[in-house]
Amino acid sequence: MEQVVFYLAGTVAVASALLAVSHRNPVVNVLSLIVTFFCVAVNFALLGADFLAGAQVLIYAGAILVLFLFVVMLLGAPTVPPEENPRPIQRVLGGFLAALVAAGGWFFFRSLRAGVTPPPEAGDTAHALGRLLVGPHLFAFELVSVVLLTALIGALVLVKRKH
Amino acid sequence: MIPTAHYLILASVLFAIGAGGVLLRRNGIATLLGIELMLNAANLAFVAFSRQNGNLEGQVVVFFVMAVAAAEVAVGLALLVAIFRRLQSIDVDRLSAMRW
Repeated sequence: MEQVVFYLAGTVAVASALLAVSHRNPVVNVLSLIVTFFCVAVNFALLGADFLAGAQVLIYAGAILVLFLFVVMLLGAPTVPPEENPRPIQRVLGGFLAALVAAGGWFFFRSLRAGVTPPPEAGDTAHALGRLLVGPHLFAFELVSVVLLTALIGALVLVKRKH
Repeated sequence: MIPTAHYLILASVLFAIGAGGVLLRRNGIATLLGIELMLNAANLAFVAFSRQNGNLEGQVVVFFVMAVAAAEVAVGLALLVAIFRRLQSIDVDRLSAMRW
């Protein structure tokens, strides 16, 4: 059962990720990336990270990509016209580099499979995660709020119209 | 129980797709989406290693990555809106004023 869910979610994630980076229409890009992020949330749930699976759906699929969609609509779903003088060598090189990343990860992690016995997953992670966040990681936790405030002000300054 | 290696392979494939999007697309929105996909693939690897080691620190890192990704998206999209207002286009190849 677990295997079926994993392979289904993995296949859908890869297929919709490919669609997300290859389709010309930015609305399709954003919507198919939402599907990918839902599948990643399924993988988080399979790994026993229940809090992060919820956060993934709420923050990534629910907030960040809706922000993307909002900007795409605001700009009128802009598409970039096909290039007049395409650069085939650079395209092939870029695709090759990206494929190299996947192949490298594949071969490296395949060798890792031998002798791996994952421990049984914990039940409720939200409680323990909260204790870690306001315990040993309190400074980083507070710093994140400063980062978010800075990003908020920065975004406001960037889009403010000059009078 | 699915081996950790399977999750890591899925994460590296997703990361490569995101990297390909950043390298190959000229649409600024698609580039930002590629960055998001790469961050998510790294998150998946973090959670997989977190289960592998029986340690929640990896999930704490994922939490911080999510927060920083939200900040990055806000600034990145604001930049895109500013660029679109100036150039009437989001083709990242047209941002050539500071190109050598």
